[in-house]
Amino acid sequence: MINLTSIKKSYNKGQIPAVTGISLSVERGELFGLIGPDGAGKTTLFRILTTLLIPDEGTATVDGLDVVKDYAKIRSRVGYMPGRFSLYQDLTIEENLNFFATVFGTTIKENYHLIEEIYKQIEPFKDRRAGKLSGGMKQKLALCCALIHKPTVLFLDEPTTGVDVVSRKEFWDMLQRLKQEGITILVSTPYMDEANRCDRIALIQKGSILSVDTPKGIVDAFPQDLFAVRSAKTHQLLRDVRDFPGTDTCFAFGESLHVTFKGDPRPLIPWLKQKGQADATMEKITPGIEDCFIHLLKN
Amino acid sequence: MAPVISTNQLTKRFGQFIAANALTFEVDKGEIFGFLGANGAGKTTAMRMLCGLSTPSSGKATVAGFDIYTQTEKIKQNIGYMSQKFSLYDDLTVAENIRFYAGIYGMSTPAIKTKTNQLLQELQLEKEAKTLVKALPLGWKQKLAFSVAIVHDPDIVFLDEPTGGVDPVTRRQFWDLIYAASDKGVTVFVTTHYMDEAEYCNRVSIMVDGVIAALDSPANLKQQFNATTMEDVFYELARNAKRKAD
Repeated sequence: MINLTSIKKSYNKGQIPAVTGISLSVERGELFGLIGPDGAGKTTLFRILTTLLIPDEGTATVDGLDVVKDYAKIRSRVGYMPGRFSLYQDLTIEENLNFFATVFGTTIKENYHLIEEIYKQIEPFKDRRAGKLSGGMKQKLALCCALIHKPTVLFLDEPTTGVDVVSRKEFWDMLQRLKQEGITILVSTPYMDEANRCDRIALIQKGSILSVDTPKGIVDAFPQDLFAVRSAKTHQLLRDVRDFPGTDTCFAFGESLHVTFKGDPRPLIPWLKQKGQADATMEKITPGIEDCFIHLLKN
Repeated sequence: MAPVISTNQLTKRFGQFIAANALTFEVDKGEIFGFLGANGAGKTTAMRMLCGLSTPSSGKATVAGFDIYTQTEKIKQNIGYMSQKFSLYDDLTVAENIRFYAGIYGMSTPAIKTKTNQLLQELQLEKEAKTLVKALPLGWKQKLAFSVAIVHDPDIVFLDEPTGGVDPVTRRQFWDLIYAASDKGVTVFVTTHYMDEAEYCNRVSIMVDGVIAALDSPANLKQQFNATTMEDVFYELARNAKRKAD
Protein backbone atom coordinates (compact mmCIF):
# COMPACT_ATOMS: atom_id res chain seq x y z
CA MET A 1 0.00 0.00 0.00
CA ILE A 2 2.90 2.30 0.79
CA ASN A 3 6.34 1.87 -0.72
CA LEU A 4 9.48 3.89 -0.15
CA THR A 5 12.69 3.15 -2.04
CA SER A 6 15.96 4.84 -1.01
CA ILE A 7 14.25 8.10 -0.08
CA LYS A 8 16.56 11.00 0.76
CA LYS A 9 15.66 14.53 1.74
CA SER A 10 17.69 17.37 3.17
CA TYR A 11 16.95 21.00 3.95
CA ASN A 12 18.97 24.23 3.62
CA LYS A 13 20.72 23.21 0.40
CA GLY A 14 21.87 19.91 1.77
CA GLN A 15 23.16 21.30 5.08
CA ILE A 16 20.50 19.65 7.21
CA PRO A 17 19.90 16.01 6.30
CA ALA A 18 16.41 14.95 7.37
CA VAL A 19 16.01 11.52 5.77
CA THR A 20 19.18 9.73 4.68
CA GLY A 21 18.03 6.79 2.58
CA ILE A 22 14.89 5.07 3.81
CA SER A 23 13.28 2.06 2.17
CA LEU A 24 10.09 0.68 3.62
CA SER A 25 6.84 -0.95 2.64
CA VAL A 26 3.50 -1.04 4.40
CA GLU A 27 0.92 -3.67 3.51
CA ARG A 28 -2.73 -3.03 2.77
CA GLY A 29 -4.76 -2.92 5.99
CA GLU A 30 -1.71 -2.71 8.21
CA LEU A 31 -1.38 -0.50 11.28
CA PHE A 32 2.23 0.57 10.94
CA GLY A 33 4.13 2.68 13.48
CA LEU A 34 7.07 5.03 12.93
CA ILE A 35 8.75 5.16 16.32
CA GLY A 36 11.44 7.73 17.01
CA PRO A 37 12.30 10.94 18.84
CA ASP A 38 12.01 14.53 17.54
CA GLY A 39 14.31 15.10 14.60
CA ALA A 40 14.28 11.45 13.48
CA GLY A 41 12.68 12.38 10.12
CA LYS A 42 9.14 11.19 10.80
CA THR A 43 7.41 14.37 9.65
CA THR A 44 9.55 14.59 6.51
CA LEU A 45 8.43 11.08 5.55
CA PHE A 46 4.79 12.01 6.10
CA ARG A 47 5.14 15.13 3.99
CA ILE A 48 6.73 13.17 1.16
CA LEU A 49 4.03 10.49 1.26
CA THR A 50 1.22 13.05 1.33
CA THR A 51 2.82 14.78 -1.71
CA LEU A 52 3.56 18.00 0.14
CA LEU A 53 7.32 17.64 -0.26
CA ILE A 54 9.37 16.26 -3.15
CA PRO A 55 12.20 13.90 -2.16
CA ASP A 56 15.76 14.70 -3.28
CA GLU A 57 16.36 11.09 -4.27
CA GLY A 58 14.45 7.82 -4.37
CA THR A 59 10.88 6.92 -5.25
CA ALA A 60 7.72 6.44 -3.25
CA THR A 61 4.24 5.17 -4.04
CA VAL A 62 0.97 5.27 -2.13
CA ASP A 63 -1.80 2.90 -3.23
CA GLY A 64 0.23 2.20 -6.37
CA LEU A 65 0.49 5.90 -7.29
CA ASP A 66 3.76 7.81 -7.58
CA VAL A 67 4.08 10.64 -5.04
CA VAL A 68 5.57 13.03 -7.62
CA LYS A 69 3.72 12.20 -10.86
CA ASP A 70 0.33 11.25 -9.45
CA TYR A 71 0.18 13.70 -6.59
CA ALA A 72 -3.36 14.91 -7.38
CA LYS A 73 -4.80 11.40 -7.29
CA ILE A 74 -3.02 10.59 -4.05
CA ARG A 75 -4.41 13.69 -2.36
CA SER A 76 -7.98 12.57 -2.98
CA ARG A 77 -7.35 9.14 -1.49
CA VAL A 78 -5.39 9.78 1.68
CA GLY A 79 -6.24 11.35 5.01
CA TYR A 80 -3.55 13.33 6.80
CA MET A 81 -3.47 14.59 10.36
CA PRO A 82 -0.33 16.72 10.76
CA GLY A 83 1.44 17.07 14.08
CA ARG A 84 0.55 20.74 14.23
CA PHE A 85 -3.12 21.66 14.38
CA SER A 86 -3.95 22.96 10.91
CA LEU A 87 -7.70 23.33 10.68
CA TYR A 88 -9.44 26.66 10.26
CA GLN A 89 -9.40 28.38 13.66
CA ASP A 90 -12.19 30.78 12.71
CA LEU A 91 -14.59 28.07 11.58
CA THR A 92 -16.67 26.08 14.04
CA ILE A 93 -16.32 22.34 14.54
CA GLU A 94 -19.23 21.67 12.21
CA GLU A 95 -18.06 24.18 9.60
CA ASN A 96 -14.59 22.65 9.50
CA LEU A 97 -15.99 19.19 9.02
CA ASN A 98 -18.41 20.37 6.34
CA PHE A 99 -15.60 22.19 4.59
CA PHE A 100 -13.40 19.10 4.37
CA ALA A 101 -16.29 16.91 3.26
CA THR A 102 -17.15 19.38 0.48
CA VAL A 103 -13.56 19.76 -0.71
CA PHE A 104 -13.39 15.99 -1.14
CA GLY A 105 -16.77 15.88 -2.90
CA THR A 106 -18.65 14.06 -0.18
CA THR A 107 -21.00 14.83 2.71
CA ILE A 108 -20.79 14.31 6.46
CA LYS A 109 -23.76 11.98 6.18
CA GLU A 110 -22.19 9.65 3.63
CA ASN A 111 -19.31 8.49 5.82
CA TYR A 112 -20.71 9.36 9.21
CA HIS A 113 -20.28 5.79 10.46
CA LEU A 114 -16.49 6.21 10.24
CA ILE A 115 -16.38 9.25 12.51
CA GLU A 116 -19.49 8.72 14.60
CA GLU A 117 -17.73 7.41 17.68
CA ILE A 118 -15.23 10.29 17.79
CA TYR A 119 -17.60 12.99 16.59
CA LYS A 120 -20.20 12.21 19.27
CA GLN A 121 -17.67 13.31 21.88
CA ILE A 122 -17.23 16.79 20.37
CA GLU A 123 -20.71 17.24 18.91
CA PRO A 124 -22.04 19.12 21.99
CA PHE A 125 -19.54 21.86 21.08
CA LYS A 126 -20.18 21.83 17.33
CA ASP A 127 -20.88 25.57 17.21
CA ARG A 128 -17.62 26.45 18.92
CA ARG A 129 -14.78 27.84 16.82
CA ALA A 130 -11.85 25.46 16.35
CA GLY A 131 -9.42 28.06 17.73
CA LYS A 132 -11.26 27.98 21.08
CA LEU A 133 -11.06 24.22 21.57
CA SER A 134 -8.89 22.37 24.06
CA GLY A 135 -5.99 20.26 22.80
CA GLY A 136 -7.86 16.98 23.11
CA MET A 137 -10.89 18.29 21.25
CA LYS A 138 -8.75 19.74 18.45
CA GLN A 139 -7.15 16.34 18.05
CA LYS A 140 -10.53 14.64 17.75
CA LEU A 141 -11.79 17.19 15.24
CA ALA A 142 -8.61 16.84 13.15
CA LEU A 143 -9.08 13.10 13.03
CA CYS A 144 -12.70 13.48 11.93
CA CYS A 145 -11.64 15.86 9.14
CA ALA A 146 -8.93 13.43 7.99
CA LEU A 147 -11.47 10.58 7.84
CA ILE A 148 -14.56 12.21 6.38
CA HIS A 149 -13.80 11.22 2.75
CA LYS A 150 -13.15 7.58 3.67
CA PRO A 151 -9.47 7.54 2.77
CA THR A 152 -7.73 4.30 1.84
CA VAL A 153 -4.63 5.36 3.77
CA LEU A 154 -4.55 7.42 6.94
CA PHE A 155 -1.39 9.32 7.90
CA LEU A 156 -1.22 10.38 11.55
CA ASP A 157 1.82 12.42 12.59
CA GLU A 158 2.29 12.19 16.37
CA PRO A 159 -1.42 12.19 17.24
CA THR A 160 -0.75 11.40 20.91
CA THR A 161 2.16 13.73 21.71
CA GLY A 162 1.49 15.65 24.90
CA VAL A 163 -1.68 13.65 25.53
CA ASP A 164 -2.24 11.95 28.89
CA VAL A 165 -2.15 8.20 29.42
CA VAL A 166 -5.91 7.74 29.54
CA SER A 167 -6.63 9.64 26.32
CA ARG A 168 -3.73 7.89 24.61
CA LYS A 169 -5.23 4.49 25.39
CA GLU A 170 -8.60 5.60 24.01
CA PHE A 171 -6.97 6.91 20.86
CA TRP A 172 -5.21 3.63 20.14
CA ASP A 173 -8.42 1.66 20.76
CA MET A 174 -10.01 3.84 18.11
CA LEU A 175 -7.20 3.19 15.63
CA GLN A 176 -7.77 -0.54 16.05
CA ARG A 177 -11.40 -0.06 15.07
CA LEU A 178 -10.48 2.01 12.00
CA LYS A 179 -8.14 -0.78 10.98
CA GLN A 180 -11.14 -3.15 11.12
CA GLU A 181 -12.75 -0.90 8.48
CA GLY A 182 -9.87 -1.80 6.16
CA ILE A 183 -8.06 1.52 6.35
CA THR A 184 -4.26 1.31 6.16
CA ILE A 185 -2.75 3.45 8.90
CA LEU A 186 0.75 4.92 9.16
CA VAL A 187 1.18 6.54 12.56
CA SER A 188 4.20 8.10 14.24
CA THR A 189 4.89 8.45 17.95
CA PRO A 190 7.74 9.30 20.29
CA TYR A 191 6.20 7.04 22.99
CA MET A 192 7.90 3.65 22.84
CA ASP A 193 5.15 1.92 24.82
CA GLU A 194 2.68 2.58 21.99
CA ALA A 195 4.72 0.43 19.61
CA ASN A 196 2.98 -2.67 20.93
CA ARG A 197 -0.32 -1.45 19.54
CA CYS A 198 1.02 -1.64 15.96
CA ASP A 199 1.17 -4.63 13.57
CA ARG A 200 4.69 -3.66 12.55
CA ILE A 201 6.99 -0.80 13.47
CA ALA A 202 10.05 0.98 12.16
CA LEU A 203 12.41 2.37 14.78
CA ILE A 204 13.98 5.48 13.30
CA GLN A 205 16.68 7.88 14.45
CA LYS A 206 18.50 10.68 12.63
CA GLY A 207 16.88 10.02 9.27
CA SER A 208 17.53 6.31 8.99
CA ILE A 209 15.88 3.09 10.06
CA LEU A 210 17.35 1.18 12.98
CA SER A 211 15.03 -1.79 12.57
CA VAL A 212 11.72 -2.83 10.98
CA ASP A 213 9.72 -5.76 12.32
CA THR A 214 6.72 -6.77 14.37
CA PRO A 215 7.01 -5.57 17.99
CA LYS A 216 7.63 -9.18 19.00
CA GLY A 217 10.29 -9.63 16.32
CA ILE A 218 12.13 -6.55 17.55
CA VAL A 219 12.05 -7.77 21.13
CA ASP A 220 13.17 -11.29 20.11
CA ALA A 221 16.19 -9.79 18.35
CA PHE A 222 17.52 -8.26 21.58
CA PRO A 223 20.91 -9.99 21.73
CA GLN A 224 21.71 -10.04 25.45
CA ASP A 225 20.13 -11.22 28.67
CA LEU A 226 18.38 -8.34 30.39
CA PHE A 227 17.94 -8.02 34.15
CA ALA A 228 15.81 -5.80 36.34
CA VAL A 229 17.65 -4.65 39.48
CA ARG A 230 15.74 -3.09 42.34
CA SER A 231 16.38 -1.57 45.75
CA ALA A 232 14.75 1.11 47.86
CA LYS A 233 17.48 3.65 47.04
CA THR A 234 17.08 3.78 43.25
CA HIS A 235 19.20 6.86 42.71
CA GLN A 236 22.16 5.48 44.66
CA LEU A 237 21.59 2.09 43.02
CA LEU A 238 22.05 3.66 39.59
CA ARG A 239 25.53 4.87 40.58
CA ASP A 240 26.47 1.61 42.27
CA VAL A 241 25.42 -0.61 39.37
CA ARG A 242 27.25 1.65 36.90
CA ASP A 243 30.37 1.30 39.04
CA PHE A 244 30.16 -2.50 39.02
CA PRO A 245 32.98 -3.71 36.73
CA GLY A 246 30.84 -6.38 35.01
CA THR A 247 28.08 -3.95 33.97
CA ASP A 248 27.69 -3.40 30.25
CA THR A 249 24.69 -1.05 30.14
CA CYS A 250 22.48 0.29 32.91
CA PHE A 251 19.41 2.48 32.47
CA ALA A 252 16.67 3.58 34.82
CA PHE A 253 13.23 2.19 33.94
CA GLY A 254 10.73 3.50 36.44
CA GLU A 255 11.17 1.75 39.77
CA SER A 256 13.90 -0.63 38.54
CA LEU A 257 17.15 -0.50 36.58
CA HIS A 258 17.52 -2.47 33.38
CA VAL A 259 21.00 -3.92 33.20
CA THR A 260 23.07 -5.98 30.77
CA PHE A 261 26.40 -7.56 31.68
CA LYS A 262 29.72 -8.24 29.99
CA GLY A 263 30.08 -11.54 31.82
CA ASP A 264 28.54 -13.36 34.76
CA PRO A 265 25.75 -11.27 36.35
CA ARG A 266 25.72 -13.19 39.64
CA PRO A 267 28.46 -11.27 41.49
CA LEU A 268 26.41 -8.05 41.26
CA ILE A 269 24.09 -8.71 44.20
CA PRO A 270 26.87 -9.54 46.74
CA TRP A 271 28.76 -6.51 45.44
CA LEU A 272 25.71 -4.28 45.97
CA LYS A 273 25.21 -5.65 49.50
CA GLN A 274 28.77 -4.66 50.28
CA LYS A 275 27.89 -1.15 49.12
CA GLY A 276 25.05 -1.01 51.62
CA GLN A 277 22.21 -1.97 49.28
CA ALA A 278 21.00 -4.74 51.58
CA ASP A 279 17.60 -5.08 49.89
CA ALA A 280 18.92 -5.27 46.31
CA THR A 281 17.24 -7.88 44.10
CA MET A 282 17.76 -8.98 40.52
CA GLU A 283 15.60 -10.91 38.06
CA LYS A 284 15.83 -11.77 34.40
CA ILE A 285 13.21 -9.96 32.32
CA THR A 286 11.92 -9.73 28.75
CA PRO A 287 13.05 -6.50 27.10
CA GLY A 288 10.53 -3.91 25.94
CA ILE A 289 10.64 -1.83 22.77
CA GLU A 290 12.38 0.98 24.66
CA ASP A 291 15.17 -1.40 25.74
CA CYS A 292 15.59 -2.42 22.10
CA PHE A 293 15.63 1.19 20.92
CA ILE A 294 18.32 2.08 23.46
CA HIS A 295 20.35 -0.97 22.44
CA LEU A 296 20.11 -0.03 18.76
CA LEU A 297 21.06 3.59 19.53
CA LYS A 298 24.15 2.46 21.41
CA ASN A 299 25.36 0.30 18.54
CA MET B 1 13.11 23.71 57.83
CA ALA B 2 10.40 25.72 56.07
CA PRO B 3 8.99 24.12 52.93
CA VAL B 4 9.95 25.72 49.61
CA ILE B 5 6.38 25.63 48.36
CA SER B 6 3.42 25.80 50.68
CA THR B 7 -0.18 26.14 49.52
CA ASN B 8 -3.41 26.26 51.47
CA GLN B 9 -6.79 25.98 49.74
CA LEU B 10 -5.29 27.59 46.63
CA THR B 11 -8.06 28.13 44.09
CA LYS B 12 -8.40 29.69 40.65
CA ARG B 13 -11.76 30.34 39.00
CA PHE B 14 -12.45 31.44 35.46
CA GLY B 15 -16.08 32.60 35.69
CA GLN B 16 -18.08 29.57 36.81
CA PHE B 17 -15.23 27.19 35.99
CA ILE B 18 -12.96 26.14 38.86
CA ALA B 19 -9.68 25.34 37.13
CA ALA B 20 -7.76 24.63 40.35
CA ASN B 21 -9.79 23.79 43.42
CA ALA B 22 -8.51 24.16 47.00
CA LEU B 23 -4.98 22.85 46.43
CA THR B 24 -3.20 22.21 49.71
CA PHE B 25 0.31 20.77 49.71
CA GLU B 26 3.93 21.39 50.65
CA VAL B 27 7.16 20.72 48.82
CA ASP B 28 10.42 20.39 50.76
CA LYS B 29 13.85 21.70 49.95
CA GLY B 30 15.74 19.46 47.52
CA GLU B 31 12.68 17.35 46.83
CA ILE B 32 11.88 16.07 43.33
CA PHE B 33 8.14 16.64 43.18
CA GLY B 34 6.18 15.13 40.27
CA PHE B 35 3.11 17.13 39.31
CA LEU B 36 0.91 14.85 37.20
CA GLY B 37 -2.60 15.06 35.86
CA ALA B 38 -4.72 14.41 32.80
CA ASN B 39 -4.93 17.07 30.09
CA GLY B 40 -7.20 19.82 31.38
CA ALA B 41 -6.91 18.74 35.02
CA GLY B 42 -5.56 22.15 36.02
CA LYS B 43 -1.78 21.60 36.13
CA THR B 44 -0.88 24.58 33.98
CA THR B 45 -3.19 26.86 35.94
CA ALA B 46 -1.60 25.73 39.21
CA MET B 47 1.92 26.16 37.88
CA ARG B 48 1.19 29.65 36.55
CA MET B 49 0.00 30.68 40.02
CA LEU B 50 3.08 29.22 41.71
CA CYS B 51 5.37 31.02 39.23
CA GLY B 52 3.72 34.35 40.02
CA LEU B 53 2.15 34.67 36.57
CA SER B 54 -1.50 34.37 37.58
CA THR B 55 -3.28 35.73 40.65
CA PRO B 56 -5.30 33.14 42.61
CA SER B 57 -9.02 33.62 43.21
CA SER B 58 -8.67 32.50 46.83
CA GLY B 59 -6.42 30.56 49.18
CA LYS B 60 -2.86 31.12 50.26
CA ALA B 61 0.56 30.11 49.02
CA THR B 62 4.22 30.92 49.39
CA VAL B 63 6.98 29.99 46.97
CA ALA B 64 10.61 30.29 48.10
CA GLY B 65 9.24 32.11 51.13
CA PHE B 66 7.42 34.78 49.12
CA ASP B 67 3.70 35.43 48.94
CA ILE B 68 2.10 34.66 45.59
CA TYR B 69 -0.27 37.64 45.81
CA THR B 70 2.07 40.41 46.84
CA GLN B 71 5.62 39.30 46.06
CA THR B 72 5.39 37.90 42.54
CA GLU B 73 8.49 39.76 41.32
CA LYS B 74 10.51 38.28 44.19
CA ILE B 75 9.22 34.83 43.25
CA LYS B 76 10.27 35.26 39.63
CA GLN B 77 13.80 36.15 40.76
CA ASN B 78 14.03 33.06 42.95
CA ILE B 79 12.68 30.37 40.65
CA GLY B 80 13.84 28.79 37.42
CA TYR B 81 11.54 27.64 34.63
CA MET B 82 12.06 25.36 31.67
CA SER B 83 9.45 24.04 29.27
CA GLN B 84 9.59 21.39 26.59
CA LYS B 85 9.88 24.08 23.97
CA PHE B 86 13.47 25.07 24.53
CA SER B 87 13.70 28.54 25.87
CA LEU B 88 17.08 29.09 24.22
CA TYR B 89 17.85 31.56 21.46
CA ASP B 90 18.85 29.58 18.37
CA ASP B 91 20.72 32.49 16.80
CA LEU B 92 22.87 33.17 19.85
CA THR B 93 25.92 31.11 20.73
CA VAL B 94 26.12 28.84 23.76
CA ALA B 95 28.06 31.45 25.77
CA GLU B 96 25.73 34.25 24.66
CA ASN B 97 22.69 32.32 25.83
CA ILE B 98 24.23 31.81 29.26
CA ARG B 99 25.20 35.49 29.46
CA PHE B 100 21.72 36.53 28.35
CA TYR B 101 19.90 34.53 31.01
CA ALA B 102 22.35 35.45 33.75
CA GLY B 103 21.91 39.11 32.76
CA ILE B 104 18.12 38.84 32.85
CA TYR B 105 18.38 37.53 36.40
CA GLY B 106 20.49 40.54 37.35
CA MET B 107 23.82 38.82 37.96
CA SER B 108 26.90 41.06 37.97
CA THR B 109 29.35 40.98 35.06
CA PRO B 110 32.14 39.24 37.02
CA ALA B 111 29.65 36.70 38.40
CA ILE B 112 28.36 36.02 34.91
CA LYS B 113 31.88 35.43 33.67
CA THR B 114 32.67 32.96 36.45
CA LYS B 115 29.34 31.19 36.02
CA THR B 116 29.74 30.91 32.25
CA ASN B 117 33.12 29.23 32.59
CA GLN B 118 31.83 26.92 35.29
CA LEU B 119 28.79 25.86 33.26
CA LEU B 120 30.75 25.32 30.05
CA GLN B 121 33.11 23.10 31.99
CA GLU B 122 30.33 21.15 33.75
CA LEU B 123 28.48 20.59 30.50
CA GLN B 124 31.71 19.79 28.65
CA LEU B 125 30.79 22.45 26.12
CA GLU B 126 34.00 24.52 26.33
CA LYS B 127 34.80 23.88 22.67
CA GLU B 128 31.26 24.80 21.69
CA ALA B 129 31.12 28.14 23.53
CA LYS B 130 31.04 30.05 20.25
CA THR B 131 28.73 27.61 18.44
CA LEU B 132 25.24 28.81 17.57
CA VAL B 133 22.68 26.96 19.65
CA LYS B 134 20.73 25.89 16.55
CA ALA B 135 23.72 23.78 15.48
CA LEU B 136 23.78 21.76 18.72
CA PRO B 137 22.34 18.23 18.97
CA LEU B 138 19.01 18.04 20.77
CA GLY B 139 20.44 16.41 23.89
CA TRP B 140 23.00 19.16 24.43
CA LYS B 141 20.41 21.85 23.87
CA GLN B 142 18.30 20.28 26.53
CA LYS B 143 21.13 20.20 29.05
CA LEU B 144 21.97 23.80 28.26
CA ALA B 145 18.32 24.85 28.62
CA PHE B 146 18.20 23.24 32.05
CA SER B 147 21.47 24.86 33.09
CA VAL B 148 20.38 28.36 32.08
CA ALA B 149 17.09 27.82 33.92
CA ILE B 150 19.09 27.42 37.13
CA VAL B 151 21.94 29.80 36.23
CA HIS B 152 20.96 32.15 39.08
CA ASP B 153 20.95 29.34 41.68
CA PRO B 154 17.21 29.48 42.36
CA ASP B 155 15.62 27.68 45.32
CA ILE B 156 13.27 25.86 42.99
CA VAL B 157 13.05 25.00 39.32
CA PHE B 158 9.79 24.32 37.48
CA LEU B 159 10.12 21.85 34.61
CA ASP B 160 7.10 21.65 32.32
CA GLU B 161 7.28 18.39 30.33
CA PRO B 162 11.03 18.80 29.90
CA THR B 163 11.56 15.44 28.18
CA GLY B 164 8.76 15.45 25.59
CA GLY B 165 9.90 14.03 22.26
CA VAL B 166 13.53 13.28 23.13
CA ASP B 167 15.12 9.87 22.57
CA PRO B 168 15.21 7.37 25.45
CA VAL B 169 18.92 7.75 26.16
CA THR B 170 18.81 11.56 26.24
CA ARG B 171 15.69 11.40 28.40
CA ARG B 172 17.59 9.38 31.00
CA GLN B 173 20.64 11.63 30.83
CA PHE B 174 18.33 14.52 31.57
CA TRP B 175 17.18 12.81 34.76
CA ASP B 176 20.83 12.58 35.83
CA LEU B 177 20.86 16.39 35.71
CA ILE B 178 17.68 16.55 37.76
CA TYR B 179 19.21 14.27 40.42
CA ALA B 180 22.39 16.36 40.47
CA ALA B 181 20.41 19.58 40.98
CA SER B 182 18.35 17.96 43.72
CA ASP B 183 21.53 16.74 45.46
CA LYS B 184 22.70 20.38 45.52
CA GLY B 185 19.50 21.32 47.32
CA VAL B 186 17.52 22.70 44.39
CA THR B 187 13.85 21.77 44.64
CA VAL B 188 12.56 20.28 41.38
CA PHE B 189 8.89 20.63 40.44
CA VAL B 190 8.31 18.59 37.29
CA THR B 191 5.40 17.64 35.01
CA THR B 192 5.59 14.71 32.60
CA HIS B 193 3.47 12.33 30.56
CA TYR B 194 6.05 9.55 30.92
CA MET B 195 4.84 7.42 33.80
CA ASP B 196 8.24 5.77 34.31
CA GLU B 197 9.54 9.24 35.16
CA ALA B 198 6.93 9.55 37.88
CA GLU B 199 8.81 6.73 39.61
CA TYR B 200 11.96 8.86 39.79
CA CYS B 201 10.24 11.51 41.92
CA ASN B 202 10.39 11.57 45.71
CA ARG B 203 6.70 12.36 45.82
CA VAL B 204 4.02 12.63 43.18
CA SER B 205 0.72 14.47 43.11
CA ILE B 206 -1.99 13.56 40.63
CA MET B 207 -4.59 16.17 39.70
CA VAL B 208 -8.03 15.18 38.44
CA ASP B 209 -10.73 17.71 37.55
CA GLY B 210 -9.02 20.58 39.35
CA VAL B 211 -8.30 18.84 42.65
CA ILE B 212 -5.31 16.90 43.95
CA ALA B 213 -6.70 13.37 43.91
CA ALA B 214 -3.60 11.70 45.35
CA LEU B 215 -0.27 12.76 46.80
CA ASP B 216 2.42 10.45 48.16
CA SER B 217 5.65 8.66 47.29
CA PRO B 218 5.40 6.39 44.23
CA ALA B 219 5.80 3.30 46.45
CA ASN B 220 2.95 4.36 48.76
CA LEU B 221 0.69 5.32 45.87
CA LYS B 222 1.17 1.92 44.25
CA GLN B 223 0.36 0.25 47.55
CA GLN B 224 -2.66 2.46 48.14
CA PHE B 225 -4.13 1.70 44.71
CA ASN B 226 -2.99 -1.91 44.68
CA ALA B 227 -1.12 -1.26 41.44
CA THR B 228 2.19 -2.51 40.08
CA THR B 229 3.15 0.62 38.14
CA MET B 230 2.51 4.36 38.36
CA GLU B 231 0.77 4.09 35.00
CA ASP B 232 -1.87 1.88 36.63
CA VAL B 233 -2.25 4.36 39.50
CA PHE B 234 -2.67 7.23 37.07
CA TYR B 235 -5.12 5.28 34.94
CA GLU B 236 -7.18 4.33 37.97
CA LEU B 237 -7.47 7.97 39.06
CA ALA B 238 -7.83 9.71 35.71
CA ARG B 239 -10.13 7.39 33.81
CA ASN B 240 -13.20 8.71 35.60
CA ALA B 241 -12.27 12.33 35.05
CA LYS B 242 -15.25 14.47 34.11
CA ARG B 243 -13.27 17.04 32.15
CA LYS B 244 -13.15 14.44 29.45
CA ALA B 245 -13.39 16.61 26.38
CA ASP B 246 -9.88 17.79 26.96
